[in-house]
Amino acid sequence: MLKDVTLGQYYPAESVIHRLDPRVKLAGTLLYLISLFVFQGPLALVMATVFLILLITLSKVPFSYMVKGLRTIIIILIITAAMNLFFTTGTVIVQFGIFKLTYEGIQMAILMMIRLVYLILGTSLMTLTTTPNQLTDGLEKGLRGLGKLGVPVHEIAMMMSIALRFIPILTEETDKIMKAQKARGADFETGGLIKRAKAMIPLLVPLFVSAFRRANDLAMAMEARCYHGGEGRTKMKPLRYTATDRNAYLLLFAYFAAMILLTLFWTKVLGGGKLFF
Amino acid sequence: MSIIVNELNYIYNPGTAMEVQALRDINLEISDGEFIGIIGHTGSGKSTLIQHLNGLIRATSGGIFYNGADIYDEGYDLRTLRTKVGLVFQYPEHQLFETTVMADVCYGPKNQGLDEKEAMLRAVASLNAVHFPEKHFYDSPFELSGGQKRRVAIAGVLAMNPEVLILDEPTAGLDPQGRDEILEMVSDLRRTQHITVILVSHSMEDVARYVDRLIVMNGGGIMYDDTPQAVFAHYKELEEVGLMAPQVTYVMHALAEAGIPVETGATTVAEAKDEIVRVLC
Amino acid sequence: MSLIVKARNIVYEYIRRDDDGNVEGIETALDQVDLDVKEGDFVAILGANGSGKSTLAKHINALLKPENGTLLVDGKDTLDDNETLAIRQTAGMVFQNPDNQIIASVVEEDVGFGPENIGIPTDEIWTRVEKSLRSVGMYHYRHHSPNRLSGGQKQRVAIAGVMAMKPKCIILDEPTAMLDPVGRQEVLSAVRELNEKNGITVILITHYMEETVHANRIFVMESGKVIMQGTPREIFSRVEELKEHHLTVPQVTELAWELKKAGLSLPDGILTKEELITALCQLSSTN
Repeated sequence: MLKDVTLGQYYPAESVIHRLDPRVKLAGTLLYLISLFVFQGPLALVMATVFLILLITLSKVPFSYMVKGLRTIIIILIITAAMNLFFTTGTVIVQFGIFKLTYEGIQMAILMMIRLVYLILGTSLMTLTTTPNQLTDGLEKGLRGLGKLGVPVHEIAMMMSIALRFIPILTEETDKIMKAQKARGADFETGGLIKRAKAMIPLLVPLFVSAFRRANDLAMAMEARCYHGGEGRTKMKPLRYTATDRNAYLLLFAYFAAMILLTLFWTKVLGGGKLFF
Repeated sequence: MSIIVNELNYIYNPGTAMEVQALRDINLEISDGEFIGIIGHTGSGKSTLIQHLNGLIRATSGGIFYNGADIYDEGYDLRTLRTKVGLVFQYPEHQLFETTVMADVCYGPKNQGLDEKEAMLRAVASLNAVHFPEKHFYDSPFELSGGQKRRVAIAGVLAMNPEVLILDEPTAGLDPQGRDEILEMVSDLRRTQHITVILVSHSMEDVARYVDRLIVMNGGGIMYDDTPQAVFAHYKELEEVGLMAPQVTYVMHALAEAGIPVETGATTVAEAKDEIVRVLC
Repeated sequence: MSLIVKARNIVYEYIRRDDDGNVEGIETALDQVDLDVKEGDFVAILGANGSGKSTLAKHINALLKPENGTLLVDGKDTLDDNETLAIRQTAGMVFQNPDNQIIASVVEEDVGFGPENIGIPTDEIWTRVEKSLRSVGMYHYRHHSPNRLSGGQKQRVAIAGVMAMKPKCIILDEPTAMLDPVGRQEVLSAVRELNEKNGITVILITHYMEETVHANRIFVMESGKVIMQGTPREIFSRVEELKEHHLTVPQVTELAWELKKAGLSLPDGILTKEELITALCQLSSTN
């Protein structure tokens, strides 16, 4: 069950997306997220869809694998949709008590669902094609300027990469402890909120103990391998932009420009509103 | 009549690219009071099998009958089954969570619905059964030595008064003394509490010394199910699947091949000694 | 041959404190330990849990420093803070839990972690990573995630991670305690090969007697002291003494010892089944 979390887990493959400099992917993800929420109209939406499909195809990560990752956020999706569905003011279609189902609400709910799904797919495409180490290298180098302001960029990057490495180990461990407590008659499924929260203690305490033990071991193992902070460290995989990275930046800007044009075309020329139908 | 496993199959991630058949066509009958060993290398399906026996994993197909009742019947109480078939996981000390040893051992009985006093009686009895020293009953379980922690964890399962006790590599990571103490204790428990014991192990030497019946798993299926002597007679086949018979088995076979008329069935040092002394003296 | 490890009278105490910081008790983990390890040797340190063997191992890597006495690793004093990094490069360490010592999410990146820390240039890191992964037979897995490897494979990656620092000596602290017999075998043969082919000094800490049969020298520890030392043959001929210290001998050695007790004239300290079989065959032909 917990092993289904594909969000954030690296998927090894040989693809042009995998080979891109992580800084390109970080910038690209950021730009894509902005584009999802700023631009308007069905044309821009189609463009965002096409762009996403193109990238997923290029990445060689199976589409079904990506969709599986969405399962973990399904509750968030439903809540968001429901909020938009019932709390958007506009032309009322049906009314149940204080809940009003509006025409605008339906539109908004669909739009938000699409945005959220694209947001998750877009960000997981980055984490699926970038090893945590590359990702943190990208962040470390991309944010190097902050280091001069006293922000411990290297330390933060190292912490993130270790956290990502231990997520699958700790989820597996959670599974194991849960089973062990079930074998002692634990019941995680029934009862009210308080009873369920109390039932979590036998799960959480061992999990914390184990996390601390692992952290201790790991710190010692790192020290034994001469880790002493970021000073004087070299890189096995230093970041250097290649021609592909430059082209990727160009493609990104082209996409962003196209989104601007399509939005302008929709609002100014076709006179469309904020929503898409 | 105790546990009957019928045509059991289990498939991980069915219908995906990562589909793995973890168990195939398992048939087993486990009677009351048996001492059974299960061996097999990592990934052979032993851990998956034992988690089926107390209903933690549900089979893809096939059935399990506990004392005649189908555990997959609607309305069958799996939580009660888990107290009847006690399962001690590998590194069980990682599940300890309470502030005192006593409170931790009481967790299982309390989940069974026993009141404070009854739970404590059970806890005291099972802590005694695992030879845990009384003066540490109210210590924090996190400050005990590795071997002591493991005793407490085993007591935590015993306190539910199981009829069957399954232990998944109870000696992993312990030193030789700790290893022997835990195995002796398990063997004692079986004698004094009259429970069925299933011991999952990597160590052929340990298994040969204690169990009456040995199940060898390979590739999700049962490869052998017989007395240790009969199983170890297949030492060449065992080697082919990455397992090894006890060292003395090799010695006995080599001696027989060299023309010394020894019986090759010995699986423990004591048996081997008696046999060699019988022939050579 | 020069000494890679030279310990003289080293003492180390763990001090337990209560919640207010008052000293509750002192445990002597190392009590006047002397230890000499020659370059190129394969040394095994045996002992029950809590006998001080792990504490000793951490001293050789300068993770812990002696409170008394001196410890020289390749001639460098571990008390000298300026030498710490050099000592850790010379004497690398592999720990018990394979999951808790792999830092990166890809095998090759993990092996490169050590060289990165000591400032090796990029090209050189790649050469070292390839060479070390090949030396433990894990080159094929260089792009894999450590989470998908078996325990034995993970430990071999950890060994490669140490090898990439070009050490003279590897200390392995119960590297097989959490592995199955196949994994145990994998790790041991990798270690033996490094010792025999590359001349790396190996210090193997274990409580599996079978793993020490091929060592040049065995040290047995109890309560922070070295109580026995010698070649495997010398140590394993003292079966009774080992049993007193709650250590078991390999099954073959125990069988030979039992047979001797029963009156058969067998040589002392039989270590392998081949030796026992030969001895028994000779005995049977003279009868």
